[in-house]
Amino acid sequence: MTTNVIEQDSHDEHHDEHSHKMTGVKRWLYTTNHKDIGTLYLWFAFIMFLTGGALAMVIRAELFQPGLQLVEPDFFNQLTTVHGLVMVFGAIMPAFTGFANWMLPMMLGAPDMALPRMNNWSFWILPFAFAILLGSFFMESGAPNFGWTFYAPLSTTYSNGSTAFFVFAVHIMGISSIMGAINIVVTIMNMRAPGMTYMKMPLFVWTFFITAYLLIAVMPVLAGVVTMLLTDTYFGTSFFDAAGGGDPVMFQHIFWFFGHPEVYIMILPAFGIVSTIIPAFSRKKLFGYSSMVYATSSIALLSFIVWAHHMFTTGMPLFGELFFMYCTMLIAVPTGVKVFNWVATMWRGSLSFETPMLFSIAFVILFTIGGFSGLMLAMTPVDFQYHDTYFVVAHFHYVLVTGSLFSIYAGAYFWLPKWTGHMYNDSLSKWHFWCSLISVNLLFFPMHFLGLAGMPRRIPDYALQFADFNKWVSIGGFAFGLSQLIFLAVVIKCIRGGEKAPAKPWDGAIGLEWTVASPAPYHTFSTPPPQEDIDNADQHEH
Amino acid sequence: MTNKEYESYYVPDQSHWPIVGAVALFMIAFGAANYVTDLKNEQSGYGGYLLLAGIALVVYMLVGWFSDVIKESLSGKYSHQMDNSFRQGMSWFIFSEVMFFAAFFGALLYLRVFSVPWLGGAGNNAATGAVLWPDFVAQWPLLTTPDGTTTTSMGWFGLPLINTVLLLTSSITAHFAHTALIKNERKPLKIWLGITILLGVSFMGFQVLEYAHGYSEEMRLFLDSGVYGNTFYLLTGFHGMHVTLGCIMLIVMWFRILKGHFTPENHFAFQAASWYWHFVDVVWVMLFVFVYIL
Repeated sequence: MTTNVIEQDSHDEHHDEHSHKMTGVKRWLYTTNHKDIGTLYLWFAFIMFLTGGALAMVIRAELFQPGLQLVEPDFFNQLTTVHGLVMVFGAIMPAFTGFANWMLPMMLGAPDMALPRMNNWSFWILPFAFAILLGSFFMESGAPNFGWTFYAPLSTTYSNGSTAFFVFAVHIMGISSIMGAINIVVTIMNMRAPGMTYMKMPLFVWTFFITAYLLIAVMPVLAGVVTMLLTDTYFGTSFFDAAGGGDPVMFQHIFWFFGHPEVYIMILPAFGIVSTIIPAFSRKKLFGYSSMVYATSSIALLSFIVWAHHMFTTGMPLFGELFFMYCTMLIAVPTGVKVFNWVATMWRGSLSFETPMLFSIAFVILFTIGGFSGLMLAMTPVDFQYHDTYFVVAHFHYVLVTGSLFSIYAGAYFWLPKWTGHMYNDSLSKWHFWCSLISVNLLFFPMHFLGLAGMPRRIPDYALQFADFNKWVSIGGFAFGLSQLIFLAVVIKCIRGGEKAPAKPWDGAIGLEWTVASPAPYHTFSTPPPQEDIDNADQHEH
Repeated sequence: MTNKEYESYYVPDQSHWPIVGAVALFMIAFGAANYVTDLKNEQSGYGGYLLLAGIALVVYMLVGWFSDVIKESLSGKYSHQMDNSFRQGMSWFIFSEVMFFAAFFGALLYLRVFSVPWLGGAGNNAATGAVLWPDFVAQWPLLTTPDGTTTTSMGWFGLPLINTVLLLTSSITAHFAHTALIKNERKPLKIWLGITILLGVSFMGFQVLEYAHGYSEEMRLFLDSGVYGNTFYLLTGFHGMHVTLGCIMLIVMWFRILKGHFTPENHFAFQAASWYWHFVDVVWVMLFVFVYIL
């Protein structure tokens, strides 16, 4: 990649004082360029995705048949815990930050992110955080084994001794997210090209804007709760210990006050990506731009008052259960607005089914399935049965894998020509899509039935009647895992060569990023784009 | 923004400070994790040294990074828009700090309103009280925990009240310093900022005295004295760390003023330090009300 971009840059016409660029490893270590940092985020996210995926493969291998075959129960718990942490904090979130870095300045007509050096810092602390987390596999204590939600007292009194490493790794991830989010908010508020008002920003920008607010609001709460965890485990405090006046349920309240906005942090950017791609391949403007902005904001606001729907079985007062049930169901309204708008955008459009569009349509359908199972889980009395079963696992994998991850793939295929200057291999990318689509449903759909039949999550062994479904789930899992290697092949091929991409490879696409060359020059918009381009990038229907 | 002449935005060259900072954070995190793990297992290890080295490296990084920024600022590379980026960045950073304290205040309120009364049998928890700890009496401050640990509570009169007056006054003097800076009156600026720093340092001194008092045989108020001691020390402790950081910022500002930095129009760093100081002050007022008085 390095050589490729440098060659391209030398053809570039502009020679301002900052176009000087180091080569080799120093370029990546010292860079302040939003495109370099975006690339770093995306590669890091993909490596973490493969790492977390490898852990999941071992989990599915163990669950292929009943009984204990491959791993000890304690190690199984370590696998599920680290799989969750790596996928949430290492794969999905950094991937979206990578998109933000690459695309926001280009979409806003800005020369770079607002705080470029801090941008570098917020990326480079991440690999260190994951070095600590993954390194704990090789320590005396073993890796964290208390679930990615690290409930007390599993993570305090009954911890295997990995709590401190976990806590400090999470602190670094939190610092990284907060700095990244501050950079995004400031870039959007302060770096928009003259003439680009808030309601003229692409919806992609809006969703990242709102997501960044959520991050700044809740990552510090996560820092607070892991700090209490640390003092409970190592300094004798009793925040989560009834003997000293505390309450283990309080852990869940504080954790989910962070945790629920966190799940929207992982889906709102997906909405932004899909809202960019569906109009492009429907050759229409986005249906209901303003309502999309308001729906996204409503989802974000509601996310702060629904957290206890994760805790219906903890014995909350009845009023609490009712309040959180109704608030949770309310979220279906703005989410429904969004799904309706995507469908309405496609309605009577001249559709074409390039790979980004395929992933986007799959997103709309499969994310909606995840949304429906979420609605089922929102009902308190029903949740009493579903809680901690594979139904929950099915639900959040539908929203996270076929939701967030599919949107990331859609976005990656959509902008790969802009990033690399080459078109990706179309047939290989379709192989990736269809293999992923079939295997992911084989992987996660039967989990609904397993959960309804009562199979608990986070268990290395299960009763015999679950054997057939688990076998198919595991086969789906291996197939899905292998299919992701196709994506790796597509990306590497695309970086190394391929059909030359024009500045705007998709005829229906709008946005300032398509007004610059492909690959995007190292520095773009050192002077702001003309008003005409900004008006053309407006997503409103007229 | 629309009608203004476009100013070019300064995008800095490559910088090695972030990666130095990343290594430093790694040393702090890995060192601290090893340190507390060894502490718990009653072993000795290298964790503490790694932690200290990491802190030293962070300080080195901050000095280097900020001096780069100051150099760029003094050489006039920063536009009005850049100044805005810094201001907004600092505001959101302070907001994130507010949310960090919100987690601990939230815990305090949850403990006081829910968990302690429930342990005493309130709500539908009569059985909890009767079966687990029949002798437990729910009260706040929680001086006797369910498992029988006893302690005493820190009154609001005396040191805490003095500290409140000190910190509130320091916020006012910080504001006077800012006003003086805007009017370009350098001498009152130095004096008011100097007084602010002295007030801040005195606050920290009294806080140390208060902790010594808490840990005395007479009071026996320890970090692990049940949830009263937990919330007391964590809230005041994190606040104290923030006062320390704020003081360091103000001291740096004072030396920069001696060197003739800042103009009435251009003084983001001073503004940021002063915002931070006001924030620390507001947190203290909340602490004084919810931890000491009520």
